[in-house]
Amino acid sequence: MSPDDRRYTREHEWAKLDNADSRLVSVGITAFAQDELGDIVYFDLPNAGDSVSYMVKMGEVESVKAVSDLFSPVTGQIEAVNDELVDHPELVNDDPFESGWIMKVVLADLAELETLMSASEYDEYIGSN
Amino acid sequence: MLATLGLTSIDQLFHDIPDEFRNPPLDLPEPLSELEIQRELAGLASKNRALGSGPSFLGAGSYHHFIPSIVKALMTRGEFLTAYTPYQPEVSQGTLQVIYEFQTLISSLFGMEVANAGMYDGATSLAEGVLMACRITRRDRVAVSDTVSPIYLQVIRTYCQAQGVRIEVVRHWEPEVGDDTACLVVQHPNFFGGIEELGEFAELAHGHGALLVVSADPLACGMLNPPGHYSADIVTAEGQPLGIPASYGGPYVGLFTCKEQYIRQMPSRLVGRTVDTQGRTGYVLTLQTREQHIRRERATSNICTNEALYALAATIYLAAMGRQGLKQVAELCYHKAHFAAAEIEALSGYSIPFKRGPFFQEFVVQCPAPPSEINRRLMERNILGGLDISVPPYSDPLPAELDKGMLLCVTEMNSKDDIDALVSGLAEFANA
Amino acid sequence: MLKGGSRDTGKLLMERSVPGRMGVVTPLLDVPLQPMPDASLLRDDLSLPEVSEPEVVQYFTALSQLNFSIDTQFYPLGSCTMKYNPKINDEMAFLPGFAAIHPLQPEEQSQGALELLYRLQEFLGEITGMAGVSLATLAGAHGELAGVLMMRAYHHAQGDTGRTKMAIPDSAHGTNPASAAMAGFDVVSLASDKDGNVDLEALHELAGPDLAGVMITLPSTLGLFDQNIVEVCRIVHEAGGLVYGDGANMNALLGRTKLGDLGFDVIHLNLHKTFSTPHGGGGPGAGPVCCAPILAPYLAAPVVAAGGSNGNGSVGTYSLSSPEQSIGKMSGYHGNFGVLVRAYTYIRTLGDAGIKSISGNAVLNANYLLQALKDIYYLPYDRTCMHEVVLSADWQRARGVSGLDVAKRLLDYGFHAPTMYFPLIVHEALMIEPTEAENRDTLDAFIQALRDINQESFDDPDFVHHAPHTTPVSRLDEAGAARHPDLRWRPEA
Repeated sequence: MSPDDRRYTREHEWAKLDNADSRLVSVGITAFAQDELGDIVYFDLPNAGDSVSYMVKMGEVESVKAVSDLFSPVTGQIEAVNDELVDHPELVNDDPFESGWIMKVVLADLAELETLMSASEYDEYIGSN
Repeated sequence: MLATLGLTSIDQLFHDIPDEFRNPPLDLPEPLSELEIQRELAGLASKNRALGSGPSFLGAGSYHHFIPSIVKALMTRGEFLTAYTPYQPEVSQGTLQVIYEFQTLISSLFGMEVANAGMYDGATSLAEGVLMACRITRRDRVAVSDTVSPIYLQVIRTYCQAQGVRIEVVRHWEPEVGDDTACLVVQHPNFFGGIEELGEFAELAHGHGALLVVSADPLACGMLNPPGHYSADIVTAEGQPLGIPASYGGPYVGLFTCKEQYIRQMPSRLVGRTVDTQGRTGYVLTLQTREQHIRRERATSNICTNEALYALAATIYLAAMGRQGLKQVAELCYHKAHFAAAEIEALSGYSIPFKRGPFFQEFVVQCPAPPSEINRRLMERNILGGLDISVPPYSDPLPAELDKGMLLCVTEMNSKDDIDALVSGLAEFANA
Repeated sequence: MLKGGSRDTGKLLMERSVPGRMGVVTPLLDVPLQPMPDASLLRDDLSLPEVSEPEVVQYFTALSQLNFSIDTQFYPLGSCTMKYNPKINDEMAFLPGFAAIHPLQPEEQSQGALELLYRLQEFLGEITGMAGVSLATLAGAHGELAGVLMMRAYHHAQGDTGRTKMAIPDSAHGTNPASAAMAGFDVVSLASDKDGNVDLEALHELAGPDLAGVMITLPSTLGLFDQNIVEVCRIVHEAGGLVYGDGANMNALLGRTKLGDLGFDVIHLNLHKTFSTPHGGGGPGAGPVCCAPILAPYLAAPVVAAGGSNGNGSVGTYSLSSPEQSIGKMSGYHGNFGVLVRAYTYIRTLGDAGIKSISGNAVLNANYLLQALKDIYYLPYDRTCMHEVVLSADWQRARGVSGLDVAKRLLDYGFHAPTMYFPLIVHEALMIEPTEAENRDTLDAFIQALRDINQESFDDPDFVHHAPHTTPVSRLDEAGAARHPDLRWRPEA
């Protein structure tokens, strides 16, 4: 069961509202995604200050023998990127929903979150795949 | 075996090939036995003049150096020779550990942080270095010094023709580098033998946010400061001088090194050290996501098969020569070349145009007669002369007054008698 | 087998180094010492090992024994054609008249080499049914790059600069899309149909004025001869495109058909696979390019011309030349000559019938394996295969044993693993290429091992999952190696 305190995309990213006043969300990939990828060895990520857009490629994640694109689940400006992932990309394998967060984004429009899947919708989506 | 498949002829296995295209006539000569092919090939080989059959002074990128006998003895062991690329690390530790040793020794030789497992040859290695610099800087203008091998320049042009990269040949004494230049490309020592001011080039390139890409002679780095000493960003080389026969131009091995921060843009294989499930040290191919079999059209290069056997040869060579041996060989080349240059310069009619700068084992001589004619006469004495650089593409960057240039190379393989024979052969044309 | 002292491979060269030791004695200087260059140009930091000659021999020999190799193990690595390469071929390449000649020495002094290269061009042209041959490319992928650059040059010469797309089947080697990208093309994926052939409907959709061509591997990486191949070539040609042939799998077709006759415009051969150069742990290879007449002017330089044939040189002499609209030089000199000597020797000792027997036995061996294993390993395409058979470990996977596990367990049985997880369109793929050089005893022993491993997948899947158990090292931490790359020895801080 995916945590129900956040929203999800079909590309297996999550976005969680940290602070409604400042429209700040955390972004990461789901437990299902990290399991499919296997041991994660490297992230190629944008920088704080960069803009990201909904479902536009924002970076790459590498396992030993695969490279996958990362798509931003939201539109906005990056506030911070998780520096821990540089030396410890395996954090995303170990704890994808908490310490394995990837970046924090200030949303352009708070309402965008509502367009993403809920936890139960996402669980149904991966169950049917 | 056919019976187990319910077939009566092997031809039935090929039924998917359309009839009209199956079993076409094939016109090949009658097969030879091993004895006969040895004879035929010995005959063809005897029509070639071998480097060891008389004094030889030809270099220009492929060099006649001493090869210790253990190099061939070890590299032709079946366990090295008939293994594939080490994709199954549990049964390829021999090859993998050799490559790790190779990466260690090559990066150390050039004073660089990391080396890959090798490229095809010196020319393609440099071309890939140029493409890598363009990817890193996201720029598409490349400045190539006019003292870089004209052969390498041609290969750079071939590799870059479909990439939208502009190649500009720049004067080595005043290279033009701009804020849109991806890299400055120089050779060390340069094609004409001279030792370049790498420190100034590095400062110039870095001042414009460009990279310094150097093609170096690995053997010269036995005595000269390596490019890494001058903050070069990417250093490539022809590995042939390190225990590999001239073999009419191949197989050789391209050497490729860079600063560690750029490893994810490197082409070709890399081997890393790790541990197995029981904590024992072992080696694996690593950072493979850069490569074509994973990243496909977005790979850092299309290279797959490289020259692993000759990376092994170079590793054995460097292990056998060691720190002192390599320095001694480099110094032998240096002293013999300078001795020969002085002797030739003393002949009337000959001059050494670039003598003001230091050189390593090669130097240009302006001759009193066309170099091709001199070379013909030298060959009558069974002496292989230098490269005739009075013709394109070698003459392209040369000043007009240097119209009868010969590029001579003297290595540890040339005895004083060889050099004396060369000088007396050249003397025939003196005062002509 | 444990080894002690200097034969213990646990110590690297730099860890063996003893100051003052040398493996080679260099001669004394026989000319007067010359003035040295400015000291600021000289290095004092050269860090290379100092070890004796016996220790170098012991160390490298011990290392070699950690490898599986064709000479020591059956090596059915699909797509790699790991066959026996006659030793005479190596010996010929080492003749001083071949190994010790300089690439830039005057052509009068290399006539034997040029004659050999000229004849090899003729042989390869005959075998492939192609008019033009350049031997200058140094590996399969290098040949691919030259070939697709030739396609680009051809289209541009027709003023046809809008052909930006290269269609490549989803089963292709990664080198195909990587080479096409280096030649500036946009890669589009071409689907395979249910029989493993190119999907003609998908091809029709791509065959437009922006299609530069397609890159086809024949037989495909599924080990299958594409039954639509003539039609594929026709559709592409009708749309104004060209057909590239990846010759990686030529071992299956030698003497059985000519790619030129089928409609291919340009191909490369992997001489090191098909024409006998040992793989050397990852090279050297040679990837000559053969092409139809319309593409011959664009071949990579140099090619070898026979005197008198095109106006230059006298009859009986050979020279290097550059095709008039050549894409340029692809490497420093004239190709991997040592590999070319081996290929020449190989072809010369085989003749017509010998060439044909290679493909015949290679395909027979692969079908023998297919027949003996398809009841216990899933066969995704149940057709006569060519030189290799692609099975799947899907049935074993259901019992907790993956294709990787099966492959690793084979190492314990003394067999090299097949290629795994390739082609990408087959789940749990095990791609097995026995080659022509293995006898029935070996094939039967290999079949028995795969049957035993299948039984183990019922009895003790966990044991298989942790294989190999008998190799010098067990499974290695590849994730750790990639996360924290340790790419060279460094002195302890």
